[in-house]
Amino acid sequence: MNKLVVKERFARLLMYLSITVVLILVASIIWTVFKRGFRSLSWEMVSSLPGGGFYIGKSGGFLNAIVGSLYIVLASTAIGLIISIPVVFFLNVYLKSKSKLAYVARLAFDVLFGIPSIVYGAFAFTLMIYLGLRTSLLGGIIVETLLIIPILIRSMDEVAKNFPRDLLDASFSLGATRWETMGVVMRQIAPGIATATLLSVGRSIGDAAGVMFTAGFSDTIPTSLSQQTATLPLSIFFQLSAPQAEVQNRAYAAAVVLTIIVLIISLLGRFITNRFSKHKLR
Amino acid sequence: MSNLRIIKDRTASGAMRTVTIVALAFVLVMGWGLYRKSAPILSEIPLWDLLTDSTWQPFKNKFGFFPFVMGTIWVTVIAVIIALPLSLFTAVFLTEYSRRFVRKIVYPALDILASLPSVIYGVWGTLVVVPWISDKLAPYFVSFSTGYTTLAAGIVLSIMILPLLVSLFVELFTSVSNELRDSSYALGATRWQTAQSVVLRKSLPGVFASVVLAISRALGETIAVLMVCGNLPAVPHSVFDSCYPIPALIANNYGEMLSLPMYESALMFAALLLFVVVLVFNLASRLVLRKIEQK
Repeated sequence: MNKLVVKERFARLLMYLSITVVLILVASIIWTVFKRGFRSLSWEMVSSLPGGGFYIGKSGGFLNAIVGSLYIVLASTAIGLIISIPVVFFLNVYLKSKSKLAYVARLAFDVLFGIPSIVYGAFAFTLMIYLGLRTSLLGGIIVETLLIIPILIRSMDEVAKNFPRDLLDASFSLGATRWETMGVVMRQIAPGIATATLLSVGRSIGDAAGVMFTAGFSDTIPTSLSQQTATLPLSIFFQLSAPQAEVQNRAYAAAVVLTIIVLIISLLGRFITNRFSKHKLR
Repeated sequence: MSNLRIIKDRTASGAMRTVTIVALAFVLVMGWGLYRKSAPILSEIPLWDLLTDSTWQPFKNKFGFFPFVMGTIWVTVIAVIIALPLSLFTAVFLTEYSRRFVRKIVYPALDILASLPSVIYGVWGTLVVVPWISDKLAPYFVSFSTGYTTLAAGIVLSIMILPLLVSLFVELFTSVSNELRDSSYALGATRWQTAQSVVLRKSLPGVFASVVLAISRALGETIAVLMVCGNLPAVPHSVFDSCYPIPALIANNYGEMLSLPMYESALMFAALLLFVVVLVFNLASRLVLRKIEQK
């Protein structure tokens, strides 16, 4: 009997230890990034473009990267939503729940979800060469769109799957077509769409491997789709590999900016799932 | 009037079906595209030689992927060895033991881990893990280490797959029915005995599938690993050696590769390799997890 008690205590100890390690890791990451970054963060960095000699430690900021990231993220999220909402709707309203196509489609999107962004980047790069495109803002938007579509579809689908069938039947029995029922469905899964959007924004703003091949890098804000553009993660990466301390400090500052953006997005996602479910029937 | 409504409905149906099928076909197009690009090198050097040869000299037309394959395997194995016990104990604690307030702290913390971009992990790795290894840990074992090692990459990677593993495990453990737990307690089993021989045993296939899924995620991690692994194209012999996993290889050389057609083909082969392995791992684990879910 005693042996059991000892075992139980030991297992509990290991669990407390694991939880503590996890919490310490999270704290360490946030603390390190914030401490190191705020030391060198200044208003000039987030509000100005790289000046001459930026990469050997002269003045300037990384506004180009912030704006470049925003362009790519906003455009790819918009295009991604336009493509994925109909797919989710099709899977859940038009197809019967035991449909083979729906099964295969869900599996395929799960698999696409798991494909690493570097592979997306490599593939998009060959695609761009094939189409005669050069590394550009457009290329970055294309690859990020491809990357987030599976995320959007699968996370919206998780919400739509729990959509009450009765509500569909009620709408059909009133004589509405499946297309007209979309309004009912949209209202029900609206919080799902919002969280899915935030999730994919978070993923695409932090993605470096995909845009590395396709968007290139530049010191100015792009004015057309065919120009190269900088992105926040790549700007961190490139500046960190420079030998000068001044340049590295700017990388840490950029890391804080990126972390704050991502944390806000993640908090917002949690908030929306908790609050905005008022139209939702359970 | 009603005709128009039906036409609208049908058109929408057709359009949506097309979008869905195009999105589906994308998996195939991607595989095919990468295969076509890597065909030149595959026709010149047999697959087996590519994977087992360890000389990497692109400008002398020698493409041995063995160091990169080994680098990837080492890093992934280290990551799983670290992350698996941590996430198992965490998940068991969360589902079997913990009170509400503990969950209220741990879940948001895991959320944060899941949402942080790869490059931030890389920054943290270079600031914390690398100096720790080179100053504190390595001197006990080897005479000198820069800290940019296989171990550093493994540690960083393990934290990146942690939230995925915990959330998969928690889902698995909560799906074990409470009746089973109650009958175990009724027989006089302790909590840990119940967790170990009822909950864990019942979800063993799922745990296995989850680990495979996490491995497939780990295989493709690029920037964070690239920043801490040392990027040395040699087979690592200990955890304190530098390594050079496949994603890092692709990311580091994409600019150079266009100068040589065979070089480009080699890197696309690396991407294809990654694609195929991740695809197979993903497909297998998803199928198993789905079957469990349906039960």
